[in-house]
Amino acid sequence: MQSDEPVKEAAKKSDKLNIAEKMAAKQQEISVTEFFEKNKQILGFDSRSKSLLMGIKEAVDNALDACEDANILPEIIIKMNRVDEEDFIVYIEDNGPGILHKMLPNVFGRLLYGSRFHALRQSRGQQGIGISATIMYGNITTGKPAHIQSKIEGEDEVAWKMDIMIDTKTNRPIVTNDKAFTWEGKEHGTSIEYTTKGRYITGKQSIFEYLRDTAIVNPHALIEFHDPDGKKYLFERATEQMPPRSKEIKPHPEGMEIGDLMKYSQNTQQKTMKTFLKNDFSRITDRIADDILEKAVINPEMKPGKLSREDMKAILGAIQKVKIMAPPTDCLSPIGDTLIKKGLMHILDGLRPDYYATPVTRSPKAVNGNPFVVEAGIVYGGEIPADSPVSILRIANRVPLLYQQGACAITKAVADIDWRRYGLEQRGGKGIPYGPAIILVHVASTKVPFTSEGKEAVAAFPELQAEIGHALRLCARNLKSHLNKMERKTKTHAKFEIVQDLLPDMANKAAEMLKRPVPDLSRTISKIMNVVWIEPAVIKSKKGSRTITYTIYNYTTTERTFKLHAQLPKECVNLTLFTNPYFLDMNDEGKANWEIKAIPQSKMIQISFELKGDLADTFDADDIYISGINPVAVMGAEAIPGDWGIKGLEIVESNEEDFVEEDPEEKAEEEAEEEELKFEKEGDDDE
Amino acid sequence: MNERQKKALDNLTSVVETTYNQLNDGEIPVMNLPLRAKKNIEFDPIHDVWKYGSLQTTRTAKTVQGAQMMLRTMYTAEFINEMIDQGKSSTLREMYYISEGWHNAKFHTQDEGNLLAEDLEIITHCMREDFKLRPEESGAHVYGNVDFKTMTKKGMKDFNCIDDVAETGFAIPYNCEKETFEIVKTDAKFVMAIETGGMYARLIENGFPEKFNCILVHLSGQPARSTRRLIKRLNEEMKLPITVFTDGDPWSFRIYGSVAYGAIKTAHISDFLATPTAQFIGITPSDILNYDLPTDKLTDKDVGALNAELSDPRFADEFWVNEIQAMLSMNKKAEQQALAKYGLEYVTNTYLPEKLTNLGIL
Repeated sequence: MQSDEPVKEAAKKSDKLNIAEKMAAKQQEISVTEFFEKNKQILGFDSRSKSLLMGIKEAVDNALDACEDANILPEIIIKMNRVDEEDFIVYIEDNGPGILHKMLPNVFGRLLYGSRFHALRQSRGQQGIGISATIMYGNITTGKPAHIQSKIEGEDEVAWKMDIMIDTKTNRPIVTNDKAFTWEGKEHGTSIEYTTKGRYITGKQSIFEYLRDTAIVNPHALIEFHDPDGKKYLFERATEQMPPRSKEIKPHPEGMEIGDLMKYSQNTQQKTMKTFLKNDFSRITDRIADDILEKAVINPEMKPGKLSREDMKAILGAIQKVKIMAPPTDCLSPIGDTLIKKGLMHILDGLRPDYYATPVTRSPKAVNGNPFVVEAGIVYGGEIPADSPVSILRIANRVPLLYQQGACAITKAVADIDWRRYGLEQRGGKGIPYGPAIILVHVASTKVPFTSEGKEAVAAFPELQAEIGHALRLCARNLKSHLNKMERKTKTHAKFEIVQDLLPDMANKAAEMLKRPVPDLSRTISKIMNVVWIEPAVIKSKKGSRTITYTIYNYTTTERTFKLHAQLPKECVNLTLFTNPYFLDMNDEGKANWEIKAIPQSKMIQISFELKGDLADTFDADDIYISGINPVAVMGAEAIPGDWGIKGLEIVESNEEDFVEEDPEEKAEEEAEEEELKFEKEGDDDE
Repeated sequence: MNERQKKALDNLTSVVETTYNQLNDGEIPVMNLPLRAKKNIEFDPIHDVWKYGSLQTTRTAKTVQGAQMMLRTMYTAEFINEMIDQGKSSTLREMYYISEGWHNAKFHTQDEGNLLAEDLEIITHCMREDFKLRPEESGAHVYGNVDFKTMTKKGMKDFNCIDDVAETGFAIPYNCEKETFEIVKTDAKFVMAIETGGMYARLIENGFPEKFNCILVHLSGQPARSTRRLIKRLNEEMKLPITVFTDGDPWSFRIYGSVAYGAIKTAHISDFLATPTAQFIGITPSDILNYDLPTDKLTDKDVGALNAELSDPRFADEFWVNEIQAMLSMNKKAEQQALAKYGLEYVTNTYLPEKLTNLGIL
């Protein structure tokens, strides 16, 4: 009886064991590859058209990175062939340094394999999943292997080619047809050809758009694209200047998570905690290392691999309390204002924009131990559609982002600005503005914070978003001042049309009909213009000197007194400047001042001086400023900027209402007439 | 040159003179005009029509547009001067082309020329017809037992609008003023103005004018000024009641409005053109229901037009507000010719006799 019990117990136990064993049999290891196969959308392979783009994007990004590493001006060829409605053969070739034969299967046939995973530096592909995921997607959807060719530089090097499939269970490449061959006319480079399911689209979020934007922000690259319909597009190189090679940096302790620390401490070569902190992180000195370890109460001689969870928490806590310098920022490689402008002009010139606002490259900042830099550029006018929202070119580490615009910090920063102040339409001063503009924002960082593994949108954290805002505002200010100039020109043109053509015609016609003398128009003209008109003229002499003349008309109804200011290249001025009767003084920086005293109504004066020497042509005669007069009453010169350093900027002006350009009643009448025209049945009652 | 033309000339000259004096005094030339918009339409109880109110707009040479309009005024005044001198007339279209030679004063669209001609009417208190400016023939016709005496190349001649005309009727000239156009006699009992050519032809073919002894006027869409003037004279001089028969859509309501109340664009001469006693026959939204007519859905533009009418002072009476709201709520419109659903004779044998009896005409 007594012995029965344990037997039963044992039987029960073995039953339990059986269930656990049964379950264990089902709980097989899921490989990374298999996981990704089941979660394709994490990598961005969630629609047919997107999958097609993602493959090309990964290959092109890798090619550009490889070329940059090897200091080679990139030449990338993309060819697409349609097999049938859904299947495409995609071929991408670069002139990069090539890949060693033995490395080829791993580079192309294993997920999460690459050199960059543990390095911190600005690069396009950050995770090393991209190109193999593309190959795997092709394998899965068509059952066909990818075909790889590569050749490294060197007289006696041969090229290698092979077909690669990925075993999704083991995350291991299956290589077939591995052969050496002679790659005619190719010194070095890599090509990949794969068959994949996809949908080819044009327009937004298309391969063309991606390549065009890539060409804009990589003006040193030459990109040749053959679309599935056999059309060839060539994005030529805008500059031979390679971007500076971005440097690798060690991780910065700030913003580190416990998992990171765990990983670093397990993998380090360092023998003690002190050397580990000092040598494996950036910006940690002997003193700071001591400080941290003291605050965390950890023996500096302890082996890093022996750290307990509690120790790590203590270290992270101590890091918070210690002041550590921000990470070095020279590891970043921004595009730079000149090249952004060049890239935009090169690619967008077909739209004949009126204006490329001077791009802005902010100085680098750091947040959570990651340095980043923001750049922005705006293109305006021409044939850019005016009645749709502005296009936003979002770029992260020189890679265009095409999807998830709404979730992106760049979009949010754009939408947060009141663009009405800068001359674009925007309902309620929020949201994406309307107008003929293209806005480019580039975020470069050792670790761009993406919202997901698909790398489609930059995560919005406050420091970054604020930086984007600053860059955009600076750029928008350039745009606004351009628009102001344009508007002023239009208004000036309109007024000149009135006083030079319409009024004289009117006076002549009236005099002719009434058989009376033609009236003198000067008083009427002054009333209509009601501005002081400043017109610059530049005469270049053969000897390289330039004579600048400002003609100043007082087209107002009263006498005027004010000052003029210009910043001259002071090496170039001579006596002609100082002897001018209106000249006041000039300081060490070459800021020159003139005073115009009591210029009577309807009268004109001239200020003239000569500039000689190499720098003479650096002075733009349009850069003339005024003070002591309401800038609204002046055409042809801007109000003196606040940072000019001149006191006494008081504005004395009484007759404000005369400066109203648009007659409100006239406007009301126009609107009324317009309304009325709509109101009557089609066809006038007279026709 | 008749009296009215002389007055027109004097008035035009004084417009030019005003501008000349302003320039001579060193002023910015300005020109004041009544605001020609819906919000400046007021009921004139003396004439029972809608005319411009007291809101003014100032055209100033400070703007390019204003200066241009004033310059054009000069050229147009000179042009009218020459036409009256030489006893010629010109169409508005011709003036638009003639302005090609006016340099800075040239019209960029014909609308600009038409608007200016109306401005001049307002400023000078003369009619466009006095300026010898006329529109294209509108294609409007009259059919019925009425005798007109009108100017031909061979002097004044009499026409009977049944016997002396083709089946389409008598073409209404651009100027229906007394100098060149007289209504001699008629035994008709009423006038029916009809929007579409199709319905006009149907009534003639069915012998409606003879049977009910009425005069048909084909409006041909939004009626031209001369058409409205003729209707007004038939009403005033022959004491004939006026009825208006249109499609049942928002635009047709406006056709009736311009016949009965005056159009906004020509409100300065509403007392010449509008016939306040004109009655609306249909198609009304109630007809669509009562006669169960085939319909179309209202378009977005239609709905917009109906809503605009609800804020139009001319339609602010109980009848129109109810009908407009009925149309908005049924979201349907119907054409005159939808009555053919019941056969070609239905309109003349049933619909019109019923409606005219209700209105007290028959």
